[in-house]
Amino acid sequence: MNTSNSHGRGHGSNNSQSHDDQPLLRMTDIRIEGFSDEQWHPIIKGVDLTLRRGEVMGLIGESGAGKSTLGLAAMGFARAGCRFTSGTVEFDGTDLLGLKEKERRQYWGTRIAYVAQSAAAAFNPAHRLIDQTIESASRSHVRNDAESRADAVELYDSLHLPDPENIGQRYPHQVSGGQLQRVMTAMAMSARPDLIIFDEPTTALDVTTQVEVLASMREIVDKYNTAAIYITHDLAVVAQMADVIKVLRYGEEVEQSSTRTMLAAPKEEYTKSLWSVRSLEKPEQRSEDFILQLKDIDAAYGKTPVLHGINIDLPRGKTVAVVGESGSGKSTAARVVTGLLPQTAGSVMFNGDELPPQLSDRTPDQLRRIQMIYQMADTAMNPRQTVEDIIGRPLEFFHNVQGREKEQRVMDLLSMIELDESFLDRLPAELSGGQKQRICIARALAAQPDIIICDEVTSALDQIVQEGILKLLLRLQEQYGISYLFITHDIATVKAISDEIVVMFQGKVVEQGLKSQILSPPYPEYTELLLSSVPEMDPEWLSNLLNQRDRVL
Amino acid sequence: MHPVLVTIVKRLLLGLVTLFVVSAIIFSAISLLPGDFGEAVLGQAATEETVAAFRKELGLDKPAPARYFDWVKSVVQGDLGTSFSGRSASGQDRSRSVVELIAPRLKNTLFLAGVAALIAVPLALFLGLTAALYRNSWYDRSVNVTTLTTISMPEFFVAYVLILLLASLWPVFPSLSTVNADMELGERLRRIALPAITLTLVIIAHMMRMTRAAIINLLASPYIEMARLKGASRSEIILKHALPNAWAPIATVIAFNLAYLVVGVVVVEVVFVYPGIGQLMVDSVTSRDIPVVQACALIFAGTYIILNLIADVIGIVTNPRLLHPR
Repeated sequence: MNTSNSHGRGHGSNNSQSHDDQPLLRMTDIRIEGFSDEQWHPIIKGVDLTLRRGEVMGLIGESGAGKSTLGLAAMGFARAGCRFTSGTVEFDGTDLLGLKEKERRQYWGTRIAYVAQSAAAAFNPAHRLIDQTIESASRSHVRNDAESRADAVELYDSLHLPDPENIGQRYPHQVSGGQLQRVMTAMAMSARPDLIIFDEPTTALDVTTQVEVLASMREIVDKYNTAAIYITHDLAVVAQMADVIKVLRYGEEVEQSSTRTMLAAPKEEYTKSLWSVRSLEKPEQRSEDFILQLKDIDAAYGKTPVLHGINIDLPRGKTVAVVGESGSGKSTAARVVTGLLPQTAGSVMFNGDELPPQLSDRTPDQLRRIQMIYQMADTAMNPRQTVEDIIGRPLEFFHNVQGREKEQRVMDLLSMIELDESFLDRLPAELSGGQKQRICIARALAAQPDIIICDEVTSALDQIVQEGILKLLLRLQEQYGISYLFITHDIATVKAISDEIVVMFQGKVVEQGLKSQILSPPYPEYTELLLSSVPEMDPEWLSNLLNQRDRVL
Repeated sequence: MHPVLVTIVKRLLLGLVTLFVVSAIIFSAISLLPGDFGEAVLGQAATEETVAAFRKELGLDKPAPARYFDWVKSVVQGDLGTSFSGRSASGQDRSRSVVELIAPRLKNTLFLAGVAALIAVPLALFLGLTAALYRNSWYDRSVNVTTLTTISMPEFFVAYVLILLLASLWPVFPSLSTVNADMELGERLRRIALPAITLTLVIIAHMMRMTRAAIINLLASPYIEMARLKGASRSEIILKHALPNAWAPIATVIAFNLAYLVVGVVVVEVVFVYPGIGQLMVDSVTSRDIPVVQACALIFAGTYIILNLIADVIGIVTNPRLLHPR
């Protein structure tokens, strides 16, 4: 592992060995405002942050807590529409905020590097990966071009990218999301910075991919003794990466302590509530009364087959969670059930009768009985319609309800999803993420369905908001006996909501069974990989897992 | 075969189909022109028999679909036909072939368009990029205001203002752009300076604003923020990170304006008495010289199709997703 001598550190650290007792980064009384609705609102309200060389700090909190803003502030950078109103960012003895932008740029990419959340969006589609990887190093003349390229290949290799010699010649769209995220880490590391800001780098990845990326990131940060700020909302992830954890809420620090202390004994109520979200668990119930059955379904997009003879049974009034990594065919199965993608073979049985494959052949009553909620509540609602229009539409369409009666029903639905009538005239843009998803639930409820298909409905939400949505769905199931087909890749969500679990892999069903059965050994090989990849709160989890897997190999 | 080549071949075939559709529209439109072709060509003095004989000779007595297919057949064989003009009631025939009529005019038009494009395109790109680079500065605003002003004025007005300033008050360039085949290149350039400047002023705003908008649109992308956080300077961000992704919309607008330089310049040609193809077409419409009108219309349609094809190809080759599929 210890090859750092042969590489050496970049120019950044050479001049600072003498004052090692000085922190690398000292941010004091940072205040940042953002401009919206014609006025400035505080985003960060006076936060201090100190980081020593080689130290990794985890920044956690819900979205809107100011994690990313604070992370970028460590570079002396504020996004368009944001501004610093006070504070200093002392990096290696220099206040970055006191510099001109041109001087500050000398630090960016070379001494402080940034790894963004969505690698797919953060790479320039027009350039080859290696050219983007070495951009900062070439600009700062840390090495010459040829050396940088050779070094990039070495970095790719140490990040366990396949075919390190040639992968750099590819364009961003030609490699997978997990690989792209590792190339971005190589890009950040290229100039051997003293500090890397990781901004939710694995949030967009599958659990199985996440493990590999986390392991590579941790390894390379150790190897070059780079300090890092690791931003995430996933506690289990941060537990693997960070030496210290700082919890943020509403732009203020809640508490900070070492990872072990924080996990074992969080002081503040808020931190405890973050910790407890993962403990929600519904008792499972067995039932053989199936409301929906998928029998030997094959489906394809054009000529590409996606589903291969899958069988899924959904018991009445129960929840079946469909799990698997992206591309495993979970959402495709949902599209077959809804009739959006007619199957090429097999049949969908609903209450014992076969459903016509084509959406257009189904009766309005059949359509009404199966509703769907999507992952992106944003894009699933017409931005120009008010909440009343959105929820009222299925009432008109399926139940032919008009005027005052419709308004009354919409208000009833709003109270069912724990919102009040002040929401009637709002547009989707005026709602928070959790509220949007609640409106989508109300819209599905308006049809009075027997089945609701939930496609990753909580994946885009924070843990606390997630918990609220899951509790709501559970309560609705209890009250109205709705059956859920719940698609997700998050095992904590599965534990919270499901009675039965279906594991999918490469368009096939690996197994279906009761939750307790699936989640206890012995596992089929893929289920094992999936379950073992779910991060746990134990800081040793990743190391143990990697050791275990190494032994197996 | 490389997918890009396949796309190009497909677009070419599609272009041919478009050309056919256009030819049918041109033909029908000309058939709808009021008045009698024979009388219009031969004049009021012609006797009924001469007109009838003339109509028969030109095939005008046949039904329209038959005439259309005759025309398409000869065009496909490369024969654009013979002009109606040059004939008279006396029976003398000094008519010339359409190609002979159009070729020198088309050359003139392409020459003027080429010169205007050589000035306008680089200038528009430069102004657009620098305006994006210094956006919301006084420079950006004045470039925007100036180009908007020139595009807001009718082109003949721009032409007359230029004549007033550069031909009359300070006689730098001639106000008449008469050229002929055996003129020196330098003299030709001097003669067409004013129409070329007029055209430049007319088309530059559109291209410049599109360049600026395409670049600024990209500046909100996450990969641009990433480039900034990697320490790229403003000019590096614009030229290296934004521009390579902006070629497709820019090329489309450039193609559109270049097509205008060929097919839409008749007003400018009239003002400067420049012997281009636009004037020829207008004259032919007046004299009901159907073969020439049809040929001009086909050339115009072809210009649009080819230029748009080129813009599409630029859009493809500058997009790695299409050029290097997974």
